Amino acid sequence: MTTTTDLVSYEDALASYDPVMGLEVHVELGTKTKMFCGCSTELGAEPNSQTCPTCLGMPGALPVVNAIGIESAIKIGLALNCEIAEWCRFARKNYFYPDMPKNFQTSQYDEPIAFDGYLDVQLEDGETFRVQIERAHMEEDTGKSLHVGGATGRIHGASHSLLDYNRAGIPLIEIVTKPIEGAGERAPEVARAYVRELRELIKALGVSEARMEQGQMRCDVNLSLRPHGREKFGTRSETKNVNSLRSVERAARFEIQRHAAVLNGGGTIIQETRHFHEDTGSTTSGRVKEEAEDYRYFPEPDLVPIAPSREWVEEIRGGLPELPLARRNRLLAEWGISANDMQSILNAGALDLIIASIDAGADAASARKWWMGELARSANESGVPIDELAITPEQVARVTELVSKGDLNDKLARQVIEGVLAGEGTPDEVVDKRGLKVVSDEGALTTAVEEAIAGNPGIADKIRGGKVAAAGALVGAVMKATRGQADAARVKELILEQLGVSEG
Amino acid sequence: MTDNVNIIKLTAAETAAKIASGELTAVQVTEAHLARIEAVDEKVHAFLHVDRAGALAQARAVDEKRERGEKLGPLAGVPLALKDIFTTEGIPTTVGSKILEGWIPPYDATLTKRLKAADVVILGKTNMDEFAMGSSTENSAYGPTGNPWDLTKIPGGSGGGSSAALASFQAPLAIGTDTGGSIRQPASVTGTVGVKPTYGAVSRYGMVAFSSSLDQGGPCARTVLDAALLHEVIAGHDPLDSTSIDAPVPPVVEAARNGSVDGMRVGVVKQFRGEGYQAGVIQRFDESVALLKELGAEIVELDCPSFDLALSAYYLIAPSECSSNLARFDGLRYGRRTGDDGSHSAEEVTSLTREAGFGPEVKRRIMLGTYALSSGYYDAYYGSAQKVRTLITRDFEKAFEQVDVIVSPTTPTTAFAIGERADDPMAMYLADLCTIPTNLAGNAAMSLPCGLAPEDNLPVGLQIIAPALKDDRLYKVGAAVEAAFVERWGHPLLEEAPSL
Repeated sequence: MTTTTDLVSYEDALASYDPVMGLEVHVELGTKTKMFCGCSTELGAEPNSQTCPTCLGMPGALPVVNAIGIESAIKIGLALNCEIAEWCRFARKNYFYPDMPKNFQTSQYDEPIAFDGYLDVQLEDGETFRVQIERAHMEEDTGKSLHVGGATGRIHGASHSLLDYNRAGIPLIEIVTKPIEGAGERAPEVARAYVRELRELIKALGVSEARMEQGQMRCDVNLSLRPHGREKFGTRSETKNVNSLRSVERAARFEIQRHAAVLNGGGTIIQETRHFHEDTGSTTSGRVKEEAEDYRYFPEPDLVPIAPSREWVEEIRGGLPELPLARRNRLLAEWGISANDMQSILNAGALDLIIASIDAGADAASARKWWMGELARSANESGVPIDELAITPEQVARVTELVSKGDLNDKLARQVIEGVLAGEGTPDEVVDKRGLKVVSDEGALTTAVEEAIAGNPGIADKIRGGKVAAAGALVGAVMKATRGQADAARVKELILEQLGVSEG
Repeated sequence: MTDNVNIIKLTAAETAAKIASGELTAVQVTEAHLARIEAVDEKVHAFLHVDRAGALAQARAVDEKRERGEKLGPLAGVPLALKDIFTTEGIPTTVGSKILEGWIPPYDATLTKRLKAADVVILGKTNMDEFAMGSSTENSAYGPTGNPWDLTKIPGGSGGGSSAALASFQAPLAIGTDTGGSIRQPASVTGTVGVKPTYGAVSRYGMVAFSSSLDQGGPCARTVLDAALLHEVIAGHDPLDSTSIDAPVPPVVEAARNGSVDGMRVGVVKQFRGEGYQAGVIQRFDESVALLKELGAEIVELDCPSFDLALSAYYLIAPSECSSNLARFDGLRYGRRTGDDGSHSAEEVTSLTREAGFGPEVKRRIMLGTYALSSGYYDAYYGSAQKVRTLITRDFEKAFEQVDVIVSPTTPTTAFAIGERADDPMAMYLADLCTIPTNLAGNAAMSLPCGLAPEDNLPVGLQIIAPALKDDRLYKVGAAVEAAFVERWGHPLLEEAPSL
């Protein structure tokens, strides 16, 4: 994209204007079957292999609601502190588009299943910001269009399009915030933190894996500016399908700068949809909404109303897992770490992995140390998401167990992890194959210590003279001689013993 | 051996009994009907597609079953004419529209499956007003169907193919669908029996939708008992249709075998007569009411003021739903495609396909519905119509506190001439004046013959309306009325129809 857009600096924009955001997040539910038929939702299948008369919109075919879809929607609603409707219906959203087989989307309109909630989100410095939730409603996904022959993969300029309806009818939950006001310069950060918190929540509920890079979670960022002190909202732009946390933040930031430039120049913001470009961090104009599109919503006559009993709702509420924010606050206290440490863990995407390692027997400090140290670094260097590294939380737990038993020291443990990541097998297999074992044979160690003392008389004298800290150099020499396979603490003990010095 | 003429005159119940006893084979029966179709359907044009091979294969399977000593269902081997609105795997389904010309559905409707499972022999698919929109079958994209009583007259609609097939003895059983009267009005003008069951009684899965909240499939036959036997085969809960009733099918066959109105309270609604009703229709209706009284019924006058609004409400709700239901016909996935020559965008192809594929009545209703659902008009049109619908339902509820069933003429006039109302949609819509309230309320109704209008010697239908889920009452009353009339006439009404 070579389009240039006038921008003002972020600071100048915020000096004159107050941003107001609305975030619409679509989450693909992880149900086994589609929302209104029995077709599989498995990703990666042959195009159009997971379709049936219903999700292809064949004449005569009818929808039947997926009960797990409803339950998932209620779970999300409850976790977002929403009211759950006692009675609600699906509605048809009518518009023509080739990737939508019926040329209407079965959705919900003025009767969402969940409404009036909030989500507390934590910013980088640990401060909490409350985002009000307007509604969460159920709908079905569309198919996918692949435009062939155009320059950008968009329909414009394409010679033809291919349609894959495998995705058509996959259940979606759309979660819409109320206007987010008062975030000021932190608006982009709030947007990012909100989407991340929501993603954590969805994952914790087990209703979706919420992988943004796979499109399982997509965010529309609606943004407007108003001069400081003004009540009335400005005209908004709608940046569609922003697909990563970082992009959510960048898109909001870019739009603030772009809007400010337009407004400063005496122009008016056009209500339009915009596309975000990962490469440049900028947005470009999509289609202009000259007037509100008329979707001719009306209640879906092919489906009966949904009336979740209060007993069922309470049963679902009772079965909700501990929610992410509460869990983080608990862990913060239990582990005795700072809010910053916790943010780093979150940023690294390592929280669930650390907990899984702890569940597998590791102590909390070691689990944190390995995931946030060696493994986070490895993920970073290889560009692989940390949860896709070739090591399981259980294997990490096994490594920490070997360390705590004294079979490995940290240096050897790092080599074991390296071996596991390289596909050499389980930690125990790597230990065997590489022959990594702490030397605990006292006889061999004693000889090594004697040799080190004999080889460094000057240092030995210093130690005899009371400079215990100088022992480090001798420890180093012993470790070198044993190729790192000795227990450093024991080596130090032996040195001091032989030189007749006590540590105290 | 029974000759073909005698076979085709049998009722479905008699045919099934003869096949079960071995007096006739299913193949014989099917061949007799195929021969009849061959002989008369060029004139009548009841069928859009005759599945000779499939029908004979089904019939052979029935005969083999019987030879193996397997138990046969109550309608095994009986031929049936299926309205071309139900999907049939491997057999064309056009809904009377050019837009589905050549489409071979990949799946069977639930109703089709049930017919096959019951060993009912499907002869073919019958003509209909395009997408079931009409009262004369003139809106079929494949040409009109003639009324066997007078081929220059309409056979009713939208299910004119099914009613004509019955009245011309091309099939003893047929299937119709009724959104505003499309089973009952054709039954009325052809001297046959048609039932619109309670909404949700018969699965809509695989029945191409016109107006989802009103559409209902149902049985068509020449006798009340035959309709009941077919009703029992096609009704029942279907997990593939969310609006299908999850309750036992009312005892319709038992009711049809034990017709009686003795001690029943029968309502006559003030709003179902007056201007626009043909004198002969009113005369036969009044005679029917007198007959019911003679048979021991108590007649109760009813006032249902909201019924006067039914037609208006219907012509907002049905087009609204149809505008959405028919959106899927875009030429991209199935059926006709126009303009795919490389010079048009997908959007243009959709537009050209719909322009060429839909007939004028369908377009009229899509436009009406699109307008009625538009923002700014929704409350005034669709919203108000839904309120009227609630009022009509309440009027029925109040009425059924006082009576067991309601009777009325099925349609205000006898069969009109082909072409007579073709250019006047409003006149055409009036044919459904008495049938529409039932669709809006979702309850059950039947039409059965009650004589010929003296002025034109064409059949008049008596409508019986029952509360939702009480479909058996239709058959109990219908069977009693039918028996009394046949006794009075000395023969079934259809005996008076010309032989073609």
